[in-house]
Amino acid sequence: MKLTLKVWRQAGPKDKGQFETYQLDNASLDMTFLELMDALNEKLIAEGKDPVAFEHDCREGICGSCAMMVNGRPHGPGQEITTCQLNMKAFKDGETITVEPWRTNSFPVIKDLVVDRSSFEKIMEAGGFVNVEVGSAVDSNTYKVSKARADEAFDAAACIGCGACVAACKNSSAMLFVAAKVSQYALLPQGKTEGVQRAWNMLAKMDELGFGSCSNTGSCEAECPKGVSLSHIARLNREFIKAGFRKAGAEKL
Amino acid sequence: MAKLDAKIPNGPLAQKWTNHKNSLKLVSPANKKKMDIIMVGTGVAGAAAAASLGQMGYNVKVFCFQDSPRRAHSVAAQGGINATKNYRNDNDSVYRLFYDMIKGGDFRAREANVYRAAEVSSSIIDQLTAQGVPFAREYGGNLTTRSFGGVQVSRTFYAQGQTGQQVLLGSYSALKRQAAKGSVTMYERRQMLEIVTIDGKARGIICRNLVTGEMERHSAHAVVMATGGYGTIYFLSTLAVNSSGEAAYAAYKKGAFFANPSFIQIHPSCIPQLNEYQSKLTLMSESLRNDGRVWAPKAQGDKRKPNEIPVEERDYYLERRYPAFGNLVPRDIASRAAKERCDAGYGVGETGYAVYLDFSDAIKKQGKKVIENKYGNLFDLYEKITGESPYKMPMKIYPAGHYTMGGLWVDYNLMTTIPGLYAIGEANFSDHGANRLGASALMQGSGDGYFVLPITINDYLADEIQTPKISTDLPEFHDAENEAKARIEKLMNINGKTSPLAFHKKLGKIMWDRAGMARNAEGLKKGIEEINQLEDEFYKDLNITGSTDSMNQTLERALRVAASFEIARLIIYDALNRNESCGAHFREEYQTQDGEALRNDEEFSYVSVWEYQGNQKMPNLHKEDLVFEEVKVQQRSYK
Repeated sequence: MKLTLKVWRQAGPKDKGQFETYQLDNASLDMTFLELMDALNEKLIAEGKDPVAFEHDCREGICGSCAMMVNGRPHGPGQEITTCQLNMKAFKDGETITVEPWRTNSFPVIKDLVVDRSSFEKIMEAGGFVNVEVGSAVDSNTYKVSKARADEAFDAAACIGCGACVAACKNSSAMLFVAAKVSQYALLPQGKTEGVQRAWNMLAKMDELGFGSCSNTGSCEAECPKGVSLSHIARLNREFIKAGFRKAGAEKL
Repeated sequence: MAKLDAKIPNGPLAQKWTNHKNSLKLVSPANKKKMDIIMVGTGVAGAAAAASLGQMGYNVKVFCFQDSPRRAHSVAAQGGINATKNYRNDNDSVYRLFYDMIKGGDFRAREANVYRAAEVSSSIIDQLTAQGVPFAREYGGNLTTRSFGGVQVSRTFYAQGQTGQQVLLGSYSALKRQAAKGSVTMYERRQMLEIVTIDGKARGIICRNLVTGEMERHSAHAVVMATGGYGTIYFLSTLAVNSSGEAAYAAYKKGAFFANPSFIQIHPSCIPQLNEYQSKLTLMSESLRNDGRVWAPKAQGDKRKPNEIPVEERDYYLERRYPAFGNLVPRDIASRAAKERCDAGYGVGETGYAVYLDFSDAIKKQGKKVIENKYGNLFDLYEKITGESPYKMPMKIYPAGHYTMGGLWVDYNLMTTIPGLYAIGEANFSDHGANRLGASALMQGSGDGYFVLPITINDYLADEIQTPKISTDLPEFHDAENEAKARIEKLMNINGKTSPLAFHKKLGKIMWDRAGMARNAEGLKKGIEEINQLEDEFYKDLNITGSTDSMNQTLERALRVAASFEIARLIIYDALNRNESCGAHFREEYQTQDGEALRNDEEFSYVSVWEYQGNQKMPNLHKEDLVFEEVKVQQRSYK
């Protein structure tokens, strides 16, 4: 299979960057997309050129490292997959494939396709946890959680923190990422106590870091490799509104 | 020569940990504030330990090579985490979990450590649940469990097929909480290259900032290695492609002894290699063997589709050979049995190196919905990779390199032979003997991280309260940094033609052929020669493009591959020394008439502990004799 790859190359954060075009004659339908990138890099190394920097680790869709816009879509064509799970069967012989990093100011490019997602870390530090000390836990069956609720919490918790939702959003909003965490905890008794404060703090941090607002277009859900549902954003909004009332109430006092 | 003192407490097995805890020294909150601890690695062990130590008041500096601690490879563990809750009243207990692990490990683990791992298991589930980990629940709202290999009770807690992700994210959230409080400082995108010792004590690390290329010096009163295993030695494995034993090996070179390096688990159920380009193999959780039946055709070279082969022409070989445990035999046994069938010509798939894992009976009996509920995401994962639906066709599986039971030698306090240097989780050797039982990696990693290390480390630090902050201007830091720089320079200046990836592939092939699922003396000796030859070639023909003063992933990989050559040799030295078969270590010369592992307790009931003597030089062997006070050592049988 012969392919043309148009790949975003950027030497560093301050470099302007540009597309470079590469021909690959030895691609195979059996490859995954990252194995194609491996093949490209092997070729570049053999030619004495700098290979394309990209993030990858587990290569089974769970670590959330890989993050590429392939033909304009986060993680490329296909539903509920990460770039490492993208198969070359999704492409045709002779096709030109465009490969870019996540494009948003909140994820500045470090090199080529590698972006800095530390803003997600800051959002997590603003409230993505339950305040429980190691050693102070009660027996786990003290919490009763209906199966349906536990399953829904799991669906939210399945977020891998890759950032595809932000890359897909025209506003570069991180609402789905924040919602996944807030909703997971809001659904469970363990996390409920501080739920309202958590929603407030995480959203405030999201705004502060320059992520945009949610305008409910649903492109985040469509591109999420783990199928995290938009309904979690609804739950986040409910938590946030509650936080607003409480805050207003507190100010009155 | 340092003497190995495992520091196993006296007294009856069930009392050892309690007595020991009571005898350990404490550090007051005021003094904790003045002390630094370095944590290298952020998997379930590292994240849990860093969060716990931060909560206790220490200043913890946490390092990982990924851009976020949440990406550590614990995230990929699927099936579950064991705990002795006995919620099912199936007569489970601490003793039973302990005994299952000792037996599963083929009587090559340290009794006291294993007992403690079982003892703290119950608290881990409580801790994680309190952190909001969404474990699977019954309709009544209580936690549910499932069975795993090598076990006759149901003690495995799970979150669909993503238990590792959920357990890691639970610990990661605790870590983030401490980072927000300022007790933990995060250093992501750092590759650890050297351990710094001062007057024989671990006092810091040298790492390379993967974004700027700068060398960094970090100091602390103690250093903890939570750096995982070295299963990528086979190139194709279930591990993340960037996981390697590089950091643990750096500790070994600095004087930390390495134990049982040849004990490497080959996981029986992985998606077989599909083509030559493949960069990794994907695991299919052991939990699938709860409902999936493993079989191969009764006729050699049977090319019919699995659905076309009638039941009477199928050989359910695990049920045939091991009626008591059936499809739920331990991993080493299931792997070897698959290899035996395929080597004998009964394998399936294009290469003949695969067997079936069939769910049709379970779907018939329980309905598709129930099976989907238990394994839905694993079935989806399988279909994404192979294009076949396990609801309709049996999965094709074959063994692949997975987990390393071997690792840095530690005493009962989890301290290595370097004072002040600790090793936790997969990075140490202590709890799994020659074979690890399923769902006990998350358990041991979390146990070490939450409930063992944060207790034992105080005993060492209590004697360090007078030690002021350690300056990174000391000559030892300077020297260690220069060593790391010299290694990088050496690699950068080879200017050959071959990429590190190509070398890694070749090394992986050597290791799989010579030191994989079956080993023999002749092959192992050849393996050493082949490794030496390839290593020589590596230092003549390696090609790293780009520079050292910015992000350079080729250099990162080259450093890992360079360490892998040395680890590979260490594995072979160990496999050659151990003239017996036990657990995952199967020497073809030592087997029973029906092909089971033939252990030799008289000569090899010890931990083989290796001391570095220089590259390409035979390391010194030390022996920690295994003393079994509680269990009766038996021939392992799952029949």
